[in-house]
Amino acid sequence: MNIHEYQAKAVLKSFGAPVADGVPVLSLDDVQKAVDTLPGPLWVVKSQIHAGGRGKGKFVEPDAGEKGGVRLAFSKEAVFENAKQMLGHHLVTAQTGAGGKQVNRLYIEDGADIERELYLSMLVDRSTSRVAFMVSTEGGMDIEQVAHDTPEKILTLSIDPFAGVTDADTAKLNAALKLDGVAAEDGKKLFPILYKAFTEKDMSLLEVNPLIVMKDGHLRVLDAKVSFDGNALFRHPDIVALRDKTEEDEKEIEASEWDLAYIALDGTIGCMVNGAGLAMATMDIIKLYGEEPANFCDVGGGAGKEKVAAAFKIIMKDPNVKGILVNIFGGIMKCDVIAEGVIAAVKETNLAVPLVVRLEGTNVDLGKKIIAESGLNVIPADDLDDAAQKIVNAVKGA
Amino acid sequence: MSILIDKNTKVLTQGMTGNTGSFHTNQALAYFGTQMIGGTHPKRGGEMWKADNGQELPIFATVAEAKEKTGCDASVIYVPPPGAAAAIEEAIDAEIPLIVCITEGVPVLDMVRVKAKLEKSKSRLIGPNCPGLITANECKIGIMPGSIFKKGSVGVVSRSGTLTYEAVFQTTQVGLGQTSAVGIGGDPVKGTEFIDVLEMFLADDETKSIIMIGEIGGSAEEDAAQFLIDEARKGRKKPMVGFIAGRTAPKGRTMGHAGAIVSGGKGDAESKIAAMEAAGIRVSPSPARLGTTMVEVLKG
Repeated sequence: MNIHEYQAKAVLKSFGAPVADGVPVLSLDDVQKAVDTLPGPLWVVKSQIHAGGRGKGKFVEPDAGEKGGVRLAFSKEAVFENAKQMLGHHLVTAQTGAGGKQVNRLYIEDGADIERELYLSMLVDRSTSRVAFMVSTEGGMDIEQVAHDTPEKILTLSIDPFAGVTDADTAKLNAALKLDGVAAEDGKKLFPILYKAFTEKDMSLLEVNPLIVMKDGHLRVLDAKVSFDGNALFRHPDIVALRDKTEEDEKEIEASEWDLAYIALDGTIGCMVNGAGLAMATMDIIKLYGEEPANFCDVGGGAGKEKVAAAFKIIMKDPNVKGILVNIFGGIMKCDVIAEGVIAAVKETNLAVPLVVRLEGTNVDLGKKIIAESGLNVIPADDLDDAAQKIVNAVKGA
Repeated sequence: MSILIDKNTKVLTQGMTGNTGSFHTNQALAYFGTQMIGGTHPKRGGEMWKADNGQELPIFATVAEAKEKTGCDASVIYVPPPGAAAAIEEAIDAEIPLIVCITEGVPVLDMVRVKAKLEKSKSRLIGPNCPGLITANECKIGIMPGSIFKKGSVGVVSRSGTLTYEAVFQTTQVGLGQTSAVGIGGDPVKGTEFIDVLEMFLADDETKSIIMIGEIGGSAEEDAAQFLIDEARKGRKKPMVGFIAGRTAPKGRTMGHAGAIVSGGKGDAESKIAAMEAAGIRVSPSPARLGTTMVEVLKG
């Protein structure tokens, strides 16, 4: 789960990390509060969307002006003017796609005197199975580019989960970021704070780009991007409350309410599969036979009839879907349960597109029998190859 | 021979009294009489659990008690996500040699802690978020459908549960059958990696060929490919077929499995396929042709 920058900074601040003062703006009325509480003489007006590259982005609407999604304002009037231009308009960045994302929230922050920009992120390093810091003196840049061009400028440091961030770790991070004096003292405090926030809140990614050294020598978190482990949200109701559903696909929200792994894609063949690997492989084989999948959908293990029916209905909501492939290899999941769910959903939605069902595994004979005896127009398939060819042909013939 | 488990393996179920644990304990008993020796429940120690076949199994209050009274070799975990890591840790503390965690959705930072504990322990963990493992006609631990297996010569190792079934089903259909099949699980932090299982298959005389199924995300397939290249130089090599799921997956999105994500220019299908092919693995473009591709490879 992703949250906005202003929310991420509030979380980090609650652990004691140094962030600038700021005011979130959900409507123009909030701007007055921002200029009243923040002293100036420099304000930063930042678009809050779940996508990176905001500073270099550009608004779709001409009346939003030429400037990007993060703007400096040197007067209170300029704060109002920029907020008015940005709020409600669509920002296109390298990560949003051509249509851009509507900016429904802004964050107005106290400006900072920047001496140096650094990069810091934290994630679970799969090669060591530990939480790792990634730091670089090349802040404010695209870190993937830095990793490609000058990998020696990045330090990756794994943290022992039992020891936490040690003095030796701090010394290594300070050295890699070339921090000394006041900044090194700040680093000594900041690294354990970030580690605590990351582990206590079950983050999956924490990226501070840039982390800045200010003219007075102190460190400050200038930007913050945080993602949380969806599997751990059950123990963080405070984090769940930060979810901004306007940032997500409507079908994906409904799917998450049913605990379905669903991702909307651009193709024409709707897929309902059990297991993430098989779901990906089903997408791959559809493409192999010359069509494109409309979605990734993993109904998971142990789904009941209602969940299967819900998945089916979500897939049907996509107007691009010209055919559906149900591919189930039952382990936990029983084929008869799938069959009943599919039939219930077909009846309920008055399905008008071709449907191919391939069942294998636990209770397969019973499942096939239920489908065959339903009297519905369902094309049965024996294996994955057969199923993919049948649905591709059905869609192409339609 | 086979790997990890055989007809003598005694298996404990943690979470046996729940729906999933009950169902699969019954399925395991029905699979060539897998030696399920009991289960655990913190409040129901001392009670008996009755299987569909009429067999009665004891419920123990703790894993340590179960280990002491039954000498079990393995434990399978069906505990829901909030308690799964604690269940693994309890099994590690009880020095269970083989721990298999089926549970899907364990928080990754719980697994970071478990993994660090595991490294200092006497236990091997398979999973979490995995289908478990089967040695054909001998022992079934986990949720794989037993009916698709046939005693034979192919070793199967996979990050994906349902794709493991595909590989097993197809090698049965072409008549090759399996020695053992191991689902290592789709999470980014897990107990057992490809390399561990490949090492066991290379060492097992009955395993004549290997199917390895990977997916996007991380670098475990690349690491495994390098391992196979190094072993081949020492003269250890078996015919192999591979598959990588997620060629068409969009970048930056997590595809169901927490571990299946292409990020930072790493973990994409093409680089994995290239690495596996460089290690001499025949990578099938279709997940439906794992069995037939193996037949072709064995014909040479």
